[in-house]
Amino acid sequence: MNITEIIVVSLIKIVLVIVMILVAVIFLVYFERRISAWIQYRIGPNRVGWKGILQTTADVMKLLLKEDIVPSASNKTLHTLAPIIALFVAFSTYAVIPFGPDVTIFGYQVKLMVADVNIGVLYVLALTSLGVYGITFAGYSSGSKYSLLGGIRSSAQMISYEVSMGFSVAGVLLLSESLNPQKIVLAQSGWMWNAILQPIGFITFVVSAFAETNRLPFDLPEAEPELVGGYHTEYSSMKFAGFFLAEYANMIIASAMITTLYLGGWQIPYIDKLGLGVTLTTLLQVGAFFLKVIFLLFFFIWVRWSIPRFRYDQLMSLGWKVMFPLSIINIIWVACLIMIFNL
Amino acid sequence: MSLYDIIFYLFAAITILSGFIVVTSKNIVYSAFSLLFTFFGVAGIYVLLGADFIAIVQILVYVGGILILLLFGVMLTNKITNVDIRTGTIHVLPGAVAVGVLMGLLLSAMVWTEWKTQPSETPVTTTVTLGRLLITDYILIFELLGILLLIALIGAASIARREQE
Repeated sequence: MNITEIIVVSLIKIVLVIVMILVAVIFLVYFERRISAWIQYRIGPNRVGWKGILQTTADVMKLLLKEDIVPSASNKTLHTLAPIIALFVAFSTYAVIPFGPDVTIFGYQVKLMVADVNIGVLYVLALTSLGVYGITFAGYSSGSKYSLLGGIRSSAQMISYEVSMGFSVAGVLLLSESLNPQKIVLAQSGWMWNAILQPIGFITFVVSAFAETNRLPFDLPEAEPELVGGYHTEYSSMKFAGFFLAEYANMIIASAMITTLYLGGWQIPYIDKLGLGVTLTTLLQVGAFFLKVIFLLFFFIWVRWSIPRFRYDQLMSLGWKVMFPLSIINIIWVACLIMIFNL
Repeated sequence: MSLYDIIFYLFAAITILSGFIVVTSKNIVYSAFSLLFTFFGVAGIYVLLGADFIAIVQILVYVGGILILLLFGVMLTNKITNVDIRTGTIHVLPGAVAVGVLMGLLLSAMVWTEWKTQPSETPVTTTVTLGRLLITDYILIFELLGILLLIALIGAASIARREQE
């Protein structure tokens, strides 16, 4: 492929991925409300469209038409910049997630990911650590106590859980001997999913992912009873929608990362034994990836409506005294596995 | 000027401009914020030079860790205890002389050195080589640095504990 073709193919992939995320977020918000209603024995939104399926669209229209209020005590530049940073980080992380194996379309060898980066896993970790800037700036620039406390809580929480997240990923890297997401997926062929080989690392990664996305039981940066709305107390209209969108986009990226690192990515165990032909196999594998992501998203929502919020000191001691030692034990476990079985 | 040069000068300009704002800005939060762009500019140059691992670690450690801790400290002291942190300029003349001498030294080193050049090649990933070098040839330095960081960590913890008692 020459450079023009590479640019055109990349642009098509970027547009596709962004549209996919936006549509996914719209349905995710709807399903979050429906599932929470189901868990709490309520009805949930059911008026706009068939079974309320257009509820999110209506909400977005409402937010678009609302007045954008910027508090007079705020720092205007940073106040506007904060949701933009949050969105930028949430969307650019998708670049390295592989949706399926390499395919050939119209004679072109196409990778089912936007960018095949050699150090893809580190790229995701680096960008998620940037995500805290959006929240920190939102908290600082609003000129409100509640926002500031939310911002500070969030930065402390994210730094703490990033450590155990990084250490859990180290176990995966030891087994796959690569930082490339596609190679990590390929290393988990058959039943050798990382979730089975290193269950402790799987658990610490999932818990850290919950903390990094600020979802319940780790949503202290926006704990409503104590902090009004946390870091986005002073945000209204589309800027608020920006944070909202970023939170749900982060949920999808966390699910996609868990799938890629621990649940075998797009792989279906022993599908090549069935002899289904290349096209059907590829379609099934891409479908399997999305199915795994959807299940994890359901798991996110399920946990949110089942478990109460941690107290702040509980959150910190869980992060440093439980998750961090566990993730180190996991590295030793994986190293022993490699030594004994020559994996 | 080739595409390579244009990209290099773009990142160099970002680095230098934001670095200038870091030292001249009166508001320390703005300084910290433009430091973000300085780190990004440097990371961009690393990518351009084919050092992918160093580039991403630059962002992971400096932007994701150190700068956040810095902002954390600024936010806590600035907004909660009402201490107004301002940066000012003192000792202009000695500073200017020192900077001038240093810049002269660097420039002369740059001009007089006979640089070894070789034709450019497509960069390959450096992660494996770096990892191997770190645990073979440079293992002593690597572990000493680890101990140094551990000492700093224990020191910080003991200082924080002492004030509590």
